[in-house]
Amino acid sequence: MASQAQIVVDNVSHMYRPPRGRAVLALDQISLEVHTREFVALLGPSGCGKSTLLYLIGGFLPVETGAILVDGKKVAAPGPDRGIVFQHFALFPWKTVRGNVLYGLERQGMAKIEREKRAQEFIELVGLHGFEDSYPSQLSGGMKQRAAIARTLAFDPEILLMDEPFGALDAQTRGLMQSELLRIWQRTPKTVIFVTHDVQEAVYLADRVAVMSARPGRIKTIVDTKFDKTDPHIHKAKAFVDKVDELWDLVKEEAIKAQGKRP
Amino acid sequence: MTSLANIGKEAFRYTPLLLIALAWETVSRLELVSTTALPPLSDVVAAWIDMIKNGDLISNGIASFYRGVSGLVLSIVIGAVLGIVMAWWKTVNILLAPLVEIFYPLPKSALIPVTVIWLGFGDGSKILLIVLGCMLPVTIGAFNGARSSEQVLVWSARSMGASKLRMLWDVVVPGAMPELLNAVRTALALSFILLVSSELIVAQKGFGYLIGYLGANGNYDAMYAVVLTVAFLGFAADRIYLVIAKRVLAWRE
Repeated sequence: MASQAQIVVDNVSHMYRPPRGRAVLALDQISLEVHTREFVALLGPSGCGKSTLLYLIGGFLPVETGAILVDGKKVAAPGPDRGIVFQHFALFPWKTVRGNVLYGLERQGMAKIEREKRAQEFIELVGLHGFEDSYPSQLSGGMKQRAAIARTLAFDPEILLMDEPFGALDAQTRGLMQSELLRIWQRTPKTVIFVTHDVQEAVYLADRVAVMSARPGRIKTIVDTKFDKTDPHIHKAKAFVDKVDELWDLVKEEAIKAQGKRP
Repeated sequence: MTSLANIGKEAFRYTPLLLIALAWETVSRLELVSTTALPPLSDVVAAWIDMIKNGDLISNGIASFYRGVSGLVLSIVIGAVLGIVMAWWKTVNILLAPLVEIFYPLPKSALIPVTVIWLGFGDGSKILLIVLGCMLPVTIGAFNGARSSEQVLVWSARSMGASKLRMLWDVVVPGAMPELLNAVRTALALSFILLVSSELIVAQKGFGYLIGYLGANGNYDAMYAVVLTVAFLGFAADRIYLVIAKRVLAWRE
């Protein structure tokens, strides 16, 4: 199957099977195409399966129904072409910042001098100069996420999967990290799939926002959200505010449905 | 705080021991208790110095040390590998879990005669006993530690190109380390118990043998000296172990 899109999600459904209790349909016939160097946000209420979709693309969960293609090849396992950043950072706590960033480079078999240099470059890119020898337990939440982003960017995946990466941070840090991410993304452009339940974040960061419905997760609609990201006052622009309102209405409906379905 | 002040503070914590030593000496010297039951501490110290001089303590100590260290190292290696393999491969767990459950609560001292029948009166039976007794706590610690390894860390390593085996070594093993090191501390204490009790029952050398021999011959000063030596070595081993474990786990703040 030839396609221009770098990531093709074709009619994917997924059953969530908890260790105890009944299986639930988490994703229902999802189709989505993401193009090279496009920034797509998956937006939806909690429990809509947006992270599950991300894990399927990452190859962490098996695709049982439908197919996911990355660069024309079926996803079967995790691989260094798809880097991932998790909400709770997932840094190796027994490695320093440098050790964490070096890890992916070691696994790629990069020569020692080269990888030391590259690790340093990315530690500096995310603004962690001076914290190379700190352990994750010694860093703040924002710094941990910077380290995690550096670790993932350093081994240069073509695709960046981000699972609510700023969801565990306080509001001020989150705002800062969002513009940081855009700055970094402009320097090392990649295809990004960004999971979030924050409407403003989605509109601000993404080129397109896929709004997902409450369980079972479906893609309700895809909205274009291309704005001039370099404009420091973009948050106040009328078009931006209107777009956020429009998406809010779409998400609110689903959030209410999701609440109602909870016992 | 300077490290010297720290040492002073640490030492101060043990002043109750000094009080007990004084009380011991006093009740014994005043013959408030029979001196065969409790010889004065100063006599015990004198006997200890004699035994250091004539080499009894050293030669028996070396025998015990060899058995203890070999048994402990073997049980840590086998136990840790077993625990991690059980945590990671379901089939192995299904096969071995019932064996571990049944064997774990068995009082291992009951196996002293069995190990002697298998391996005789020498070092082999003592080492085997320690392995049998100390391995399972390590297995259980490694198992629980490996089981608790975080999904996202495993996924991160895999997405950075780590093979499954590589990931096991890079993520599961260090993640299991806190629980594993706790279990090894238990194993360390158990190894002293098993070593001395097995030597006490069947051996021709070692601390346990020496305690039994001296006791049977009514040489109580010397017997107490060996008992105190073993007690002190057990304490020292535990302290040294804690320092090493703290170093290894320095990443946890």
